[in-house]
Amino acid sequence: MIICDNVSFAYEPERPVLQNLSFHVERGETVGLIGANGAGKSTVMKILLGLLPCDGRVLVDGTEVKKATLGNIRRKLGFVLQNADHQMFMPTVFEDMLFGPMNYGATRAEAEARADAALEQLGITALKHRQNHRLSGGEKRMAAIATILAMEPEAVLMDEPSAALDPFNRRLVIQTIRGMTQTKLIASHDLDLILETCSRVILLSGGKKAAEGAAGDILRDRTLLEAHRLELPLCLAGYPNANDP
Amino acid sequence: MNRAEQALRELHEMDVLAAGSSPVHALCPAAKFFTTVLYIVLVVSFGKYDLAGLVPMALFPVLLFQCSGIPMGTCFHKLRFMLPLVLTVGLFNPFFDRAPYLMLGGLTVSGGVVSMVTLLLKGTLCLTASFLLMATTRIDALCAALRKLHVPGRFLTLLLLTYRYVGVLTEEAAVMSDAYALRAPGQRGVHHRAWGPFLGQLLLRSMDRAEELYAAMRLRGYHSHFHYALAAPCTVRDAAYLIVCAAAFLLLRFVPVSELLGGLLVR
Repeated sequence: MIICDNVSFAYEPERPVLQNLSFHVERGETVGLIGANGAGKSTVMKILLGLLPCDGRVLVDGTEVKKATLGNIRRKLGFVLQNADHQMFMPTVFEDMLFGPMNYGATRAEAEARADAALEQLGITALKHRQNHRLSGGEKRMAAIATILAMEPEAVLMDEPSAALDPFNRRLVIQTIRGMTQTKLIASHDLDLILETCSRVILLSGGKKAAEGAAGDILRDRTLLEAHRLELPLCLAGYPNANDP
Repeated sequence: MNRAEQALRELHEMDVLAAGSSPVHALCPAAKFFTTVLYIVLVVSFGKYDLAGLVPMALFPVLLFQCSGIPMGTCFHKLRFMLPLVLTVGLFNPFFDRAPYLMLGGLTVSGGVVSMVTLLLKGTLCLTASFLLMATTRIDALCAALRKLHVPGRFLTLLLLTYRYVGVLTEEAAVMSDAYALRAPGQRGVHHRAWGPFLGQLLLRSMDRAEELYAAMRLRGYHSHFHYALAAPCTVRDAAYLIVCAAAFLLLRFVPVSELLGGLLVR
């Protein structure tokens, strides 16, 4: 579904952000993109969506990402931004949900049906006519995911989906991700979330692929994770005791 | 709550007011738009000494306040920064135009005073009518109506995005203002030495935010064309509203209603 072939990118020539990165995501697979801050996770997402130019080749469902194909690519890839406030700009949740489908040619009736279905799927129909600025952080995140699902994308990219959420809302997001049938690529350093949702993991470090493999294997490898400024997921490391030295 | 945050709340309040469900809210945006434009044009066209003729025009906003359920206090609270400007425009009239214009209970009132009050009333009525249009019509519904009237799409997109961008800018200003205040105890507002960096940072941050928003829009298929909210089609009721209002405005403008009523009372 997604192929990233020898991709390099730099904001400033002397400081490369990504160097010869190659990976692929199969259709229906859920892949975690992990790495410390500044590893290049968000940059990868932006490159896949054609928001940043790069050296190398990116293919989405067999189509190369370039200016002429962006419309087609973005119809297939939904992107949930790290900050829901940056994603939602219409006055109400429902109008925000209609925005994408209508831009891609759906009639208003079709768009409304899709939006209703997405709200139903996520169990947030109560938010339908709420004003965006009056939503809590957790509600905003769920609404942001709903706006993407309403577009009926084939794959969903998520950038730090659990950032700034309380445990209850984080759990809600995890359940939502697990319930989504689309191909998913999730960038996060919440390794517990990655362990619960992803079958495969790609570890980025310094703009390069440091490791790739089954989520259970990579996320249990304390030495590997610590070498790249990460830690074992809390559920594997055990919760630290306040009395421990 | 800092000032920027308060401004942001007020901005959002306009969206909440516009989402109301009164009979005025239910009217077709195009009908409301034309009624408001006609009202403003006619109010502005009154002569500078025609205070008596202008006063009955206040009936329109008063009736709209009643029918829409929007509190009059909210309007004047939101216009509190504009109304003093209106006042200052006519402030010097009494100094330049001292010729006696009328006698009021033995008191001579100069033409300057009458023209100042007329100007003040004109400004207040125009601002109130504009406020009522915005408070009873959602911005995207208004844009949809204007689009139907063949107003250029680019202009409407600009209008809509400006409206949204003001919110983004204010939100960033609110966050920065809080961050500043927390590290500048005892200061009222931002010190003038910090104005430059503060404004520069505000611009950069809001540009970043706007770019991210724009990217989110592009990723959802935006190509410089908005699918506006469904503009309710104009019905007989909307046409009747427009015709009745227009007839009433023209009557009040060209028939000296106040004089006729005054004449009846005096007789």
